Amino acid sequence: MEELVNLFHGFAVALQPFNIMVMILGIVLGVIIGVLPGLGGANGVAILLPLTFSMPPTSAIIMLSCIYWGALFGGAITSILFNIPGEPWSVATTFDGYPMAQKGKAGEALTAAFTSSFVGALFAVVMITLVAPLVASFALRFGPAEKFAVYFLAFCSFVGLSKEPPFKTIAAMMIGFALAAVGLDSITGQLRLTFGSTELLNGFDFLIAVIGLFGIGEILLTMEEGLAFRGGKAKIDLRVVLQTWKEMPKYWVTSLRSCLIGCWMGVTPAGATPASFMSYGIAKRVSKNGKNFGKGEIEGVVAPETAAHAAGTAALLPMLSLGVPGSPTAAVLLGGLLIWGLQPGPMLFVEQKEFVWGLIASMYLGNLVGLIVVLTCVPIFAAILRVPFSIIAPLILVLCAIGAYSVHSSTFDVVLMLVFGVVGYLLKKCNYPLAPLVLAIVLGDKAEEAFRQSLLGSQGSLGVFFSNSLVGTIMVLGLIALFWSAIQEGYSRLRPHSVA
Amino acid sequence: MTTNSSHAGPTHKAVEAGVTMLIAVFGAIVVYGSIKAGINWGAEGPRAGFFPFYIGIFIIASSAINLWNGLRDGDDGLFAEWGQLRQVLSVVIPTAIYVGVMPFSGLYLASIIFIGWFMRWLGKYSWPIVAAVAIGMPIATYLIFERWFLVPLPKGPIEEWLGL
Repeated sequence: MEELVNLFHGFAVALQPFNIMVMILGIVLGVIIGVLPGLGGANGVAILLPLTFSMPPTSAIIMLSCIYWGALFGGAITSILFNIPGEPWSVATTFDGYPMAQKGKAGEALTAAFTSSFVGALFAVVMITLVAPLVASFALRFGPAEKFAVYFLAFCSFVGLSKEPPFKTIAAMMIGFALAAVGLDSITGQLRLTFGSTELLNGFDFLIAVIGLFGIGEILLTMEEGLAFRGGKAKIDLRVVLQTWKEMPKYWVTSLRSCLIGCWMGVTPAGATPASFMSYGIAKRVSKNGKNFGKGEIEGVVAPETAAHAAGTAALLPMLSLGVPGSPTAAVLLGGLLIWGLQPGPMLFVEQKEFVWGLIASMYLGNLVGLIVVLTCVPIFAAILRVPFSIIAPLILVLCAIGAYSVHSSTFDVVLMLVFGVVGYLLKKCNYPLAPLVLAIVLGDKAEEAFRQSLLGSQGSLGVFFSNSLVGTIMVLGLIALFWSAIQEGYSRLRPHSVA
Repeated sequence: MTTNSSHAGPTHKAVEAGVTMLIAVFGAIVVYGSIKAGINWGAEGPRAGFFPFYIGIFIIASSAINLWNGLRDGDDGLFAEWGQLRQVLSVVIPTAIYVGVMPFSGLYLASIIFIGWFMRWLGKYSWPIVAAVAIGMPIATYLIFERWFLVPLPKGPIEEWLGL
């Protein structure tokens, strides 16, 4: 029951007036970020990260994580009202959310989406509360080989589970590792891959990469599509909310299933987007209303939203307990920890109790605050979307530049951001996934260090990664994840009539 | 690929092959740099280039496979129409100028001109609206970042003259 005591201490921290204030500020900023095109969870948090430099770490992480929750909520607004997914994980929400809005049931759809998001997040936070300390205390015994095995598993799951072609995922990931290697080698202290440039001494900061790849890249994609927003008005009154809430317990099976899918996909770094699609797909197949999916079925909003939010929240579990982020946004939060002088990983649970439990408590409160904010303020947020893109775009570009500059107070980083932006546009158009690239930049140094230390211990033999049952199991799981799509294909070939 | 009509543009296949090739070149640079840093074992274990060397090899190998896959059964459609690419460039080029000028002019002046240009030429707004947004945003930025959250932003001669 030590966890419960810790959690109560956490609530005491999260309920301090200043922390409540940053929580609400974070949620509002997050929803705005989620609503705006070109600003998503990851780069929104990255741009606003400098604002937290002068805050105590606990308040800083509360604000940034609340921006993340806000962005998760915000994605649903644009999907349902405008048929434009503000975030990739809200694509599945458009399938039934937008038809509902067209039928004049926007209020119901929004209420269902927000409530499901809340339920999914709550489920995931409870899971984090119970599981994270166990994982962390287990991971305290990890040596370098086990650490590398965990990274290996994380990256292999990307290759196996992402919808992009596996070799493109590998290429994107390896670019990330290569960028992470540039600069000072942390073990030998030697310079590498700088080719005499002083700007590259410190290597590439992944925050710059995130702002460029996701922010600028996304703006360029939007420019190309020549997006014009047209959408219905949103109004939610208390009657609609209560009526929808009365209806929602009917879908508890869908909810529970979506929560489980979300948690699973969030912990493995597949992330919220595949979770929402998978949950929608399964609900469509299993539900007795399945044939109405796509025409405005409320269950078709519940399933993806629950899963997306559960996955988005669960992505923080490996970030906190292992130091391996489960999503790009979790990676940015992890970068924040490093900037505030905290070492992510299992030791956090021992050395920074107040920080960890303050964060976990703030997840409960933040999502509750988020639910209230979005339910009451939908019309305001929807109005933001009616501001034309030719006003929004330059403002976002300027914000990106400010964010990139203030990470290291360097104008070179702003140039780098633009380069990353163009690269991100090209890679995205050519179907290369960007999330593994970013995660590789974040984790590259740590993965390499673990790898080299393991090899040092074993005199260069790769056998060290299979030397005991623990590290061997993780490595085998990694290999299974790596070849997962090939295994699935082989399986469906063996049983040609089974449902894929 | 030569006409300038509205439904022409570079093919997806060609652009993708180009991007893949650039990635392979990047991989080759990584391999070259790693070899310079030393890829064998030294007194302290694997040397600095050891890990990135294999990363570079992976990049080249996966690019070769991607190139092969892309050329064999890639997307036969257009990458984008010329008009769309012009739209994209109409953002990239001004942003490049904005970013390039910033170290000399400071962030605020550059932002005012950049936002103003964007709204006036791409959005065709009237001057009062353009001025309100273009000047309002940097002022808000100054208050939020520099005053409330104490994050310094790049300044140029005008800010110095104003004594900010």
